[in-house]
Amino acid sequence: MLELRNITFNVDDGGQDKEIIRDVSLTIPDGRLVVVTGPNGGGKSTLARIIAGIEKPTSGQILMDGEDITEKTITERARMGIGFAFQQPVRFKGIRVLDLIRLAAGKELSVLDACKYLSAVGLCARDYIDREINNSLSGGELKRIEIASVLARDAKISVFDEPEAGIDLWSFQNLIDVFKKQHAKIKDSSILIISHQERILSIADEIVVISSGAVDRRGSRDEILPSLIGTVSAVKSCTRAV
Amino acid sequence: MNLDEISKALLEEIADITDTPSGAYNIRSNSQSIGRQSTENIEIVSKQGVSGLDIFIKPGTKGESVHIPVVMTESGLKELVYNDFFIGDGADVEIVAGCGIDNCGSHDSEHDGIHRFYVGKNAHIRYVEKHYGSGSGSGKRILNPGTEVYMEENSSCEMEMVQIKGVDDTERVTTAELKAGARLVVRERLMTHGAQRAISKYDIALNGEDASADVVSRSVARDDSYQKFDAKIIGNAACKGHTECDSIIMDNGRILAVPGLEANDVDAALVHEAAIGKIAGDQLIKLMTLGLTEQEAEEQIINGFLR
Repeated sequence: MLELRNITFNVDDGGQDKEIIRDVSLTIPDGRLVVVTGPNGGGKSTLARIIAGIEKPTSGQILMDGEDITEKTITERARMGIGFAFQQPVRFKGIRVLDLIRLAAGKELSVLDACKYLSAVGLCARDYIDREINNSLSGGELKRIEIASVLARDAKISVFDEPEAGIDLWSFQNLIDVFKKQHAKIKDSSILIISHQERILSIADEIVVISSGAVDRRGSRDEILPSLIGTVSAVKSCTRAV
Repeated sequence: MNLDEISKALLEEIADITDTPSGAYNIRSNSQSIGRQSTENIEIVSKQGVSGLDIFIKPGTKGESVHIPVVMTESGLKELVYNDFFIGDGADVEIVAGCGIDNCGSHDSEHDGIHRFYVGKNAHIRYVEKHYGSGSGSGKRILNPGTEVYMEENSSCEMEMVQIKGVDDTERVTTAELKAGARLVVRERLMTHGAQRAISKYDIALNGEDASADVVSRSVARDDSYQKFDAKIIGNAACKGHTECDSIIMDNGRILAVPGLEANDVDAALVHEAAIGKIAGDQLIKLMTLGLTEQEAEEQIINGFLR
């Protein structure tokens, strides 16, 4: 279980403090798929990066299974079981897809086992496993490899920052299936997805709406989703997922 | 072969040799040839008057290899060696060279190897050269390789030149002259550390129609080391030339990349690319989110980059 207590995050904006996250408290229980949505610029991605340890909150506490991890580094949090899929995946010259999946798994996976994670995200594993994660890959391919790398981590809490961004429609359907399967498997772990997509919201156990850096409202999917349909917080894939 | 453990380790590092190599070979240790074998198609003979070898590869020889590694373990040795390769028309062979120096003494050890390749028509060679230094002595490990490639019509040559560790000072000069349809591909990987200095200079003349050259250097300069990559391609005909210097700097490392393109024919298409910078922060962060420490992430990134 992950718990955020009164998280605030300020940045320096021309000599003045600007609040990006304002006093956010959230609990992500085990076995749940939680989707955080809200308008662009509302602080959703910042919140995800704070959970992964990439950004340090100005104040507040982060607890994982009751342990305060606020001062833990990115590496320490990863080792404790936090997985993070970047909104904009990183390219590496020379590092192959197989290398990344093995690093993510933290062990010498067989090629066959590594391929399973690629197949899970709809990539023909044989065509990709030896490819370098460089400019030769398209944005959509990179994104799917990024998601595969987080699946391979078998994390206690997996955070996906806008997984649909840059993915084509066919892959998007596949992505929904990936999350559905993951959702069906989780018991003592959880999934947090940052997304505007109605179809991702529609598989959530719980939806949190963040606006202007604060929690606007939260509740079960059935409580929250109807009020979001047709707003920027729940966009249909045909209008946005390109 | 009667070799001490250090020499064996050096041989394995530079030429993947753990036993007597198959095919033609000459193993040079502390300025002496300690093992040599010619084959029916590949003849290795000592030069007269100067130190070095003439290696004759018969036309049409296919799928054979030549290993000519050099190891030096005596501190203070300095040698200049000429090895000439005469590759017959239509041959297709692999040549593995390389030099390992272990210097535990206070005197500098230096190996200057001049390799000349005369590549016959339609012949293909793959050349692998690894340089490596070890030993804790204050004497420097110095390697100055000179490589000259003369390529006949429609020949091709792939060169992999690697220097990853332990060489204090190196000045590498590679020149090539290509006739019509000849193709040269060079992949250079270099890492310098400590106070090392490495200079790599290319001078490639594309003299015939459809000749092409592709030279790519990937390098990492750590600590207080210095590198200079100076690549010049001259297009004297309708040809294609590409050079690329892609480098990572760390600590107080310094790198100078000098592009040089000279087109003397309106149909010469020449391109140079160069990028120098530190490891991108988001690359480190990505690997750290997989559970690696910053240092482990750096090593993974560098190992991949220099693969």
